[in-house]
Order: sequence, then structure tokens, then C-alpha cells
Amino acid sequence: MEQKPPAEEHTAQKQPRDAAYWARHVEKLKVSEVPAEAINLNVEGRRTAGALQGFGQLWQKTYRIYLGTGVTPEEVVRVWKEKFSEFQPPQNRFYPSLAGVKPGEMLLINASMKGMPVYTGVIVLYADEECFTVMTPEGHPESGWNTFSAYQNEEGHTVAQIQSLARANDPIYEMGFRLAGSTEQERIWTHVLKSLAAHFGVDDPVSLEKVCVDPRLQWSNVGNVWNNASVRSMIYAVSAPGRRIFGLLRR
Amino acid sequence: MPQAQVTMDVRKVRDGVSVIDIKGELTAFAEGVLMSAYDEASDGGVRAIILNFEGLEYMNSSGIGLLVTLLIRVNREKQKLLTYGLSDHYRSIFQITRLDDAISIYDTETEALRAANKA
Repeated sequence: MEQKPPAEEHTAQKQPRDAAYWARHVEKLKVSEVPAEAINLNVEGRRTAGALQGFGQLWQKTYRIYLGTGVTPEEVVRVWKEKFSEFQPPQNRFYPSLAGVKPGEMLLINASMKGMPVYTGVIVLYADEECFTVMTPEGHPESGWNTFSAYQNEEGHTVAQIQSLARANDPIYEMGFRLAGSTEQERIWTHVLKSLAAHFGVDDPVSLEKVCVDPRLQWSNVGNVWNNASVRSMIYAVSAPGRRIFGLLRR
Repeated sequence: MPQAQVTMDVRKVRDGVSVIDIKGELTAFAEGVLMSAYDEASDGGVRAIILNFEGLEYMNSSGIGLLVTLLIRVNREKQKLLTYGLSDHYRSIFQITRLDDAISIYDTETEALRAANKA
């Protein structure tokens, strides 16, 4: 007996409300547009790495700043997306793609940690009117997510918040975070929130809550060290003169 | 503070296996509801928790964070976390966030129960 194809309404799944806010799944990350001054290293061809894939202790850190009643959460997030790079400290340069902070877009990062170069990036995993989340690739210092959001508290004040849920990606980073990296990272996100607040004419302190969600080290992921972006960036920087000479010889 | 737009009903389907039926929105506001449901589901020496996502209507990135936190608790108790009923869209989110590395995904409750029994 001939089988009839199922009616379209039975096969097509209804798109949920959040469909437009999420990045599409890709096996390997691809950087489509690179600003001329940015170094695109340690992102292309890598997989995403979430809070489950790293090595170190898993921390949830929540940074908050009060912005008062003169601005809505939507306005805060709109400005935050637009000026994301400008709010970073000078040693932490972000290069968004031309499309900006939108689901699936890449943001290249050319940073310097205690004088050591780190060339990496993040993917915009989720973005709606009140928040956006970036996720790290393999080799990034951290493995996890950072969510940048704004909301109205019970008193009607707008609060800007950064929440990270991440662990160090490998043993080298874990050691670095325990020695100084963690404090340095807290300084970076505090700077970002202070810059955001300054844009709206607010000068308030930033609060920070830290929770160790998982104190265990994930020794099964010790091999992540192979992709360490910091080590690879250093090799790239040290070998720059050699690449220049090689380039001249090939002419 | 907005209320959680979600309900989570717990069913003890077999000895050592509980199902949590998630209906509504999985966002940061669902944390209390999810953790209470987990406490109820894991009561009495449960070795596997199955999340039923057939009724999931909305999830943001905070929802993924909640699932990670739940998974850490489940692992600490030496239990297993499984899911079924994910639409293609939510399955894709599990893939990009790599939750699927740690949480087994099944199409139906029967398949999830079969896998839970092997746990």
C-alpha cells in the first residue's frame, strides 16, 4: 500500500520564542571577518568549550552595579552591545565582527595578561533585549560562559550584571588563576561595569559574589593544555621576526 | 522580581529512577523550582534523574547555567542525569553548549528509562 507523506504541520516543529536569540550549532568555529588590526589566532577551527569541558574548579562570579531609575534594562543592554569593546580596559582589546553582538557572531580578543599576549576570542551564544552571553573556545583561559544583563530590582532601580560560570581550561591556567589571574579577571569585569555606569553618569561601587560550584579538578581534561592559547600566542609572538625574514626571502 | 514561569512535577517511575516534567520557561527565575524538584526527585536513594523537556517553551542562557549546576549536584551524589523530549532547537543548544557531552539525550521516555536502568 502506498504511504502518504505526512502533512507538513505534523513534521515541521513549531519554532520556540527563543529561537532567534541562540547561536546555531557548529562543529568548529569559523571567523568570517577579521578587523585589519586584530590577530586571529586560537579560534578558527576550535570547538566551543563550556563549563563542563575545562580543568579547574568551577566558579560562579556575579558582579553588579546600580544604575538608578533613569535608564531601562533594555537601553543598558543596547548600549552595552554597541560599545562592548570601548568598555574594556586598554590591555583587553575586543574586536567584534561587523555584525556586532549578535547570536553566532565571533568577538576576537587580543589581550595581555601580566605582559604576556593572549590571542583568543569568544562566540556570542545568546543575545536578546535584556542580556547576551558569550562562550569560550578550546584553549581560552577559561572554559564557560559570561552573561551580561540588566534588570529592574524590587525598588525599581536598574541593575547591570555580569555573571560568569567558568573554570580554568587547563592546569597552567588553573595555576595562573590561583596565583594572580583571578584577581586580574575580577579587575577587568569591575572596570567594564564601572565604564558602563560612567556612560550613564553613575559612579557607584561594584559588588561581587563568588560561589565555588564545583571544587574538584577535572583531571580527565588535562590534555586541554595542548590548545593553550596563551602558550600558542607566546610562540606566535616570539616567532614573529622569523616569519618576517621568511616572508622577505620568499619575495 | 519576576516569578518563575515554570512548573516541574516529579514522578517516581521505578525503583531508583525519577522523572521531572518541565513545563514552561527555564530561566534564572526557575532555580528554586528546579532545585526543589531535584530534592524531591532524589529522595530515597535514587540513582538516575530523567528530565522531560517535552513541555519546555523557552530557555535562555541562564537556563543552561542551571542545568550545569544541577549536573554538578547529580554527579556529586553519584547519580546519572538523562533527558528526553528535546525539540531539534533545544537539542542544537545542548550541542553548542556541549551539555550533550555529559547529559545523555533520548527521544522517548521509554528509551531514557531503559538507559537509566543500566545506570
